[in-house]
Amino acid sequence: MKNFLTDAPLPFCKGCGHNHIAANTEKALQLLDYDPMNVVLVTDIGCHGIIDKSFLTHTVHGLHGRSVALATGVSAALNNPDKKVIVFIGDGGATIGMQHLIDAAHNGFNMTVVIHNNFLYGMTGGQPSEFTPFGFKTPYLPDGGKKTGYDICKLISAVDGVSYVSRLEGISDFSKELAEAFSRKGFSLVEVMEICPSYGVKANPGMKLSKVVESAGLKIEKFVDRGETEAYQTTVKTDLKSLFHEEDAIKTLFPTQLEKPIRMMLCGSAGEGVQAAAEFLLKAGITSGLNGTKKGSYPVTVGVGFSAAEVILSSEEILYTGSPNPDVMCVTSADGLEYARKTIANMKGGKLFIDSSLTAPETKAEVIYFPFRERGGAKNSSLYMIFYFLKTTGMIPMDALLHVFGENKIAKKFDLPKMFELLNEPYTAAMRDETKTIA
Amino acid sequence: MMVADKDSRLIMDGSELIIESVARAGADVFIGYPITPANLLYSYSQERLPSFFAAPDEISTLQWMCGYATTGKFPVTASSFPGFALMLESINMAYMMELPMLIILVQRLGPATGTATCGAQGDLALLQGAISGGFPLPVVSISSMKDCWEMPAKAMKMAIDLRTPVVLLTSKEEIMTLSSFSVKNLPEIKKIERTFYNSTETYMPYKTGTTLVPEFLPVANTEHQVRFTASTHDQKGIIQNTSKEAIDNTKRLEYKHRQNKSEHLFYDYDEQSGADTLVVSYGITSAACREAVNAVRADGHKVSMLIVKTMLPVPPVYFEIMDKYKKVVIAEENLTGQFKNILFGERGNKNVSGVNGIAEMITPARIAEAILSK
Ligand SMILES: Cc1ncc(C[n+]2csc(CCOP(=O)(O)OP(=O)(O)O)c2C)c(N)n1
Ligand code: SF4
Repeated sequence: MKNFLTDAPLPFCKGCGHNHIAANTEKALQLLDYDPMNVVLVTDIGCHGIIDKSFLTHTVHGLHGRSVALATGVSAALNNPDKKVIVFIGDGGATIGMQHLIDAAHNGFNMTVVIHNNFLYGMTGGQPSEFTPFGFKTPYLPDGGKKTGYDICKLISAVDGVSYVSRLEGISDFSKELAEAFSRKGFSLVEVMEICPSYGVKANPGMKLSKVVESAGLKIEKFVDRGETEAYQTTVKTDLKSLFHEEDAIKTLFPTQLEKPIRMMLCGSAGEGVQAAAEFLLKAGITSGLNGTKKGSYPVTVGVGFSAAEVILSSEEILYTGSPNPDVMCVTSADGLEYARKTIANMKGGKLFIDSSLTAPETKAEVIYFPFRERGGAKNSSLYMIFYFLKTTGMIPMDALLHVFGENKIAKKFDLPKMFELLNEPYTAAMRDETKTIA
Repeated sequence: MMVADKDSRLIMDGSELIIESVARAGADVFIGYPITPANLLYSYSQERLPSFFAAPDEISTLQWMCGYATTGKFPVTASSFPGFALMLESINMAYMMELPMLIILVQRLGPATGTATCGAQGDLALLQGAISGGFPLPVVSISSMKDCWEMPAKAMKMAIDLRTPVVLLTSKEEIMTLSSFSVKNLPEIKKIERTFYNSTETYMPYKTGTTLVPEFLPVANTEHQVRFTASTHDQKGIIQNTSKEAIDNTKRLEYKHRQNKSEHLFYDYDEQSGADTLVVSYGITSAACREAVNAVRADGHKVSMLIVKTMLPVPPVYFEIMDKYKKVVIAEENLTGQFKNILFGERGNKNVSGVNGIAEMITPARIAEAILSK
C-alpha cells in the first residue's frame, strides 16, 4: 500500500475538519490502489489549500476560488480518466468560484471536487460565506446567518452532466464514500460538512455538527450516482489543414499601373451589400496587379445601421491603411451619409458618388448624383455604385471587376445586362430636382 | 514586387497569419471567450488548432490554460482589454508557476468597454504594471503582416525558453484588415520541440541549474512528483512565508526576464547616416511611420527609424540607439505616449516628443510634421 501523505504533521489547527478529509483521502486512494504518480491534487486558497505540501501526489496550488477551473485545464489536457484529478476547495472558494463548479459539472470534466464546508472563511478570520446556514454565528456574524446557505449538492445535482454528488459529515471514517466518488468517471462532487474549531466553535459554543446540518435543512445523502458513466473526452484533431489556400491565389489578368494610390470609401446601410461590393473592388484591383487593402466598419449590431468599407489600391506597397481623406467616396444610403458626413466635408478634392435621394454636404469633392437605389433596389445599390464608379472613372479595368464578379455565385442570379442598361440610361440634375420636388 | 510573386497573392487578414504561425510552432489548444476585435483569432483557431475550448469567461480561460500548461501542452488565447482585465490575477498565477503560454491582446479604444470596433494602443501601461511587485511580463508586438507570421511563433519560443506567459500585443486594424499578401516566400516555421527534465535524481520543480529557468516536467508523469504553486515557494514548490530560499526564487523571476537574450530581442532599426532625428514606433503606428519616413526622405531630409517589437521589459539597446540622436519622436495611438512614459517617465526628456491621439490611426502626415519640426 502506498502512502499519499508525508509523515510530517498536517498543517491545520487541532480538531479542524480538514485533518479528517486529508486522512480519509489518503485512505480512499489506497482502497482504490492508486499510484500517487497517477493522482493530481489541485488545491484552492484557504486553510484547506495548504495541505498540498503534505501530499505525495502531484500538486497544483492556485488561486482563491479558481481550483475547479484550473483542474478543468489539467483534466482536459491529460485526457486520460486513469489519471485522477482531485480538487480541494472550501465553502469560500466555492462561493467566489461557483461558475467554475457549475461549468465543470455541466461539461462532465473528469474530476472529483471535495468541498470543505466549514460554513465560513477560515483563513481570513471567520467571515461568513454564502454557505453559512441560517442562525450560524461567526466572529463577524454575532447574531447568526440571516438566510439559508447554498445547498451546493442540490444545485449541482440539477446540472445535467454530473455523475456523482453526495454530502457527508466529516467525522470518523468516510473513506469508502470518498473512494466511491473518486471511482466515478466524469464529474463527481462530495461536500464534506465540518467544523472550524478556531472560529466556528468559538462563535457557537457547545454546537454539534450534526445539529447544525440538520437545522440548516441539509440532507446527508447521496444525491446523484449515475454509476458507470462515460469519461469526458477532449477532441484532439489530427487532420488539420493550413489556413492558407494557395490554390485561391489571384492571378494578374489585367495589368494596370496607378500613378498614385486610390483610397475609396463605401458607405451605406447594413444588408445592402456594402462589404461585398468593397471586396469585389479589392479583388478586381488585385486582379489588375495592384496591391490592395480593405476594412469594414459597422456598429456592433451588424444587422442594422450603417455599414462602411475602405478600400485602398496601389501599385506600391501599402503601408498606412487609413483613409481620412479618400479620393473617392461612395454613399448609397442615409445611414451611410451620416457616417461619412464629416469625411465628405473634409474632402479637398476627389469624387463623391451619392445616391440621388440624398443631399451632399458642403464639400470640395466633385459631387455625382445617381439613383442607385431607385434603379438597382436597396439590396443592389452598392453593386450598382461600384460598377457605375468604374464606368465613369476607368480607374481600374472594368474587365477586372466583371471577371471577379463573374466568379462569384451571386453573379448567377444577377442581371448584368439589365444593370448596364440602367446605368447607361441618362440621369440629369433636372431629373433629380423633379424627384426632390415630388418627394 | 515581381510579377511572378504577384500571382501568388491571396486576400488575407493578420489573424489568419497569427493562427497559422502558432499552429505550425506547435500550439496545442486555443481557449477563449469571444470579444471584438479578437474574434477572428478565435474562429481561425477553432479550425486550425488540435483542440479548442469555448470557455465560459476569461477567468476560466486563463485557469484552463494554466491547467493545460501544467501538463506540458502549449495554450493560446486572444482577448481585448475587458477580457484581459479579468485574466490578470490568473496571469500572475501563470507567471509565478512559470507556465509557458501565449496571450494575444488585441487593443481597442477604452476605458472600460469603450468602443469595441475602434482600434487603439492604450494597454501598454497596464502591461508594464501587470505583475504584482513590478516584475516584468514579456510583451512583444507586431508591426506588419510579415510580423503577424513571424512574431507569434517567436513569442511562443520565448514563452517556452523562459517558462513564462508572453503577451503578443496588437490592435484591431492590424489583425482585421484584409490585404493582398503572398505567403509563398515566408520563412518556414518549425514545430518547437520542448525538452523536459529527464534525470533519475529527485525533481525539484523550481531548482535552476546553469540558467535562471528551471527545467519543466509535466504534471501526472510517472517518474517524479511535480508541484506547481502560485504562492511564494521554495525550490520544491512548497509554500513558504518569506524564507531566504523562497524570496531568492521570487527574485529569480525578475532576473530571468531581464537577461536580454539576443534571441528574444526583436526590432527593426533603419539607420540613415547623418540623421539627427530618430522616429520610434510600434504596432499599428509602425506602418504610418514607415510611410512618413519614406516621404520625408524622398524630400531630401535625413531621418532614422526604430520599430520596436520586443516591448517589455524594455531592452537596453533601445536607449543606446536613442542616445545617438539629437531628437527622438515616438509615435503611438494613445493620448499620453505610454511607451514614451515607460522609457522616459512622466517628466519626459527635452529631446523626446510624442505623436499621439486616440479614436483614429495616427497619420503619416502628422509623423512627418513631427520629424521635420524644429
Ligand atoms: C481573489 C481573492 N480574494 C480574497 C482572498 C482572501 N482569502 C483568502 S482565503 C479566503 C477564504 C477562505 O475560506 P474557505 O475557502 O472557506 O477556506 P477555509 O480557509 O475555510 O479552509 C479569502 C477570502 C484571496 N486570496 N483572493
Ligand atoms: S482556522 Fe479553522 S479552518 Fe483554518 S485550520 Fe484552523 S480550524 Fe481549520
